[in-house]
Amino acid sequence: MVIDKIKKRNLHEMQNEPIKRADIPIGKWVKCNNCKEILYKDTLHKNLSVCPYCDYHFRLSSRRRLRQIIDEGTFEEFDLKIDNVNPLNLKEYSKKIQVLREKTGIDEAVKCGIGKINGLKVVIAVMDGNFLMGSMGTVVGEKITYSIEQAIEKKLPLIIFSVSGGARMQEGIMSLMQMAKTASSIAKLNEAGNLFISVLTDPTYGGVTASFASLGDIILAEPKAMIGFAGPRVIKETIKQELPEGFQTAEFLLEHGFIDKIVHRKDMKDMLYKLLKMHTPYQKEVKNV
Amino acid sequence: MSKKIEAWDIMTIARNPTRPTALDYISNIFEDFVELHGDRCFKDDKAMVCGIAMLKGKAYTIIAEQKGRNTKENIERNFGMPNPESYRKAIRFMKQAEKFKRPVITFIDTKGAYPGIGAEERGQGEAIAKSMMTMANLKVPIISIVIGEGSSGGALAIGVADKILMLENAVYSILSPEGFASILWKDGTKAKQAAALMKMTAKDLYELKVIDEIIKEQEEDNLNKTSKKLQKEILSITKELEKLKEKDLLQNRYNKYRNMGEFVNI
Repeated sequence: MVIDKIKKRNLHEMQNEPIKRADIPIGKWVKCNNCKEILYKDTLHKNLSVCPYCDYHFRLSSRRRLRQIIDEGTFEEFDLKIDNVNPLNLKEYSKKIQVLREKTGIDEAVKCGIGKINGLKVVIAVMDGNFLMGSMGTVVGEKITYSIEQAIEKKLPLIIFSVSGGARMQEGIMSLMQMAKTASSIAKLNEAGNLFISVLTDPTYGGVTASFASLGDIILAEPKAMIGFAGPRVIKETIKQELPEGFQTAEFLLEHGFIDKIVHRKDMKDMLYKLLKMHTPYQKEVKNV
Repeated sequence: MSKKIEAWDIMTIARNPTRPTALDYISNIFEDFVELHGDRCFKDDKAMVCGIAMLKGKAYTIIAEQKGRNTKENIERNFGMPNPESYRKAIRFMKQAEKFKRPVITFIDTKGAYPGIGAEERGQGEAIAKSMMTMANLKVPIISIVIGEGSSGGALAIGVADKILMLENAVYSILSPEGFASILWKDGTKAKQAAALMKMTAKDLYELKVIDEIIKEQEEDNLNKTSKKLQKEILSITKELEKLKEKDLLQNRYNKYRNMGEFVNI
């Protein structure tokens, strides 16, 4: 339902686009979703994909996110080349996955491995909204769980960047079960005493919000990120009234006490480093036991 | 074709407003039930019923999603759709069960967690996540029983258990077939087709190893006969689970969910 909403929004925006397309070299320019300024793609990317005019945080691919957060050349992806078994035998599903793999150059909606943040080693999992809206099926659930278990085994802090429409419909009940699976391994991580920082980015919804993403020792979010359990359209249809201004934004969640801090993209790496450092003596103690 | 009709038929039975609810089973299975109220944070959400009940001289903690049995009760119980307070109440009783070493029995019957403004303001997602995490690490046996409609995270939130039983005419799924059809095919009216595809019946879920046992239902005197069967199961499963060392109980529970999902190599 959330996925639906997001697609609709994009379509809506495209239709309302007032620009004279002929003047713009295709592929080099992009319009800010918020202030509608036309931005040169290179400039935007150099600015961490944040609009230089209004600070709007564009959505990031997992590749770009990792480049922003992890020290150059230190990321080693986990060797987990797995595919789902299409548990509901949906005809279109396997084909869709194949097409997405070719289009995006990634295997699935999450990339995970070990890397360094200003020299500090972490296990990091980064979801990718370009792959079926970051929805969590069995492969995403397995990769997240594997990351959590690796953090426990290697006594490393865990960082997960979430972006997701929720549990993946195409794998039915097996997707739902990934919520229990990931939440169970976070329980294990807590017993082991590892730090888990959950970073919520635009949008994080459904079964991801209702499992590991809400279970961080520290929960950070990017400014204006949309975060919730039920999608806005479903809520609107259920209660048959308009939603309040700013509903389900990161700022709304901060106000209601469900996230610890909103962090601008340019400060994210420093903030993660600072928090990691504050937990380093504890991590060392764990190592000596 | 026959399978398609079957899944939808079961769905219809599961949703039938005259179908027994959690409180009906509880009063038939247990000898005594004291309902206890409130999440100690915000309110007593009546979509979830919690308390302590006796069976053969032993106390159990009960956590149950409760639909209304008439319009008035349905309004009071929000049609069995929990707000975050329900899950926080459930967590409170899980912890209490752990303290007093009581097994936990949960009854699942909900269309899903309530999608409302207040529910989001008070952290519906966080409440569900916490509930599952609490169950994953709870040091007493847990049995979950899907009695009617088990839909989405709102159902699973109280469904992380050592043994999951499911009534023959109950359903358990990621979402309602209407929602599923509306997302996948942009057409909510294709719910029947969706129900056939979704593997939401007890038989399908047993094959997928999502549930451990199917409880057959009866044409006549269903509530009493089914309750008897459930009572027997609760007694024997609890007995088996209590033989386990705490460490093994938790490790088995962990493995159960750890193994959810099958893969092939790319």
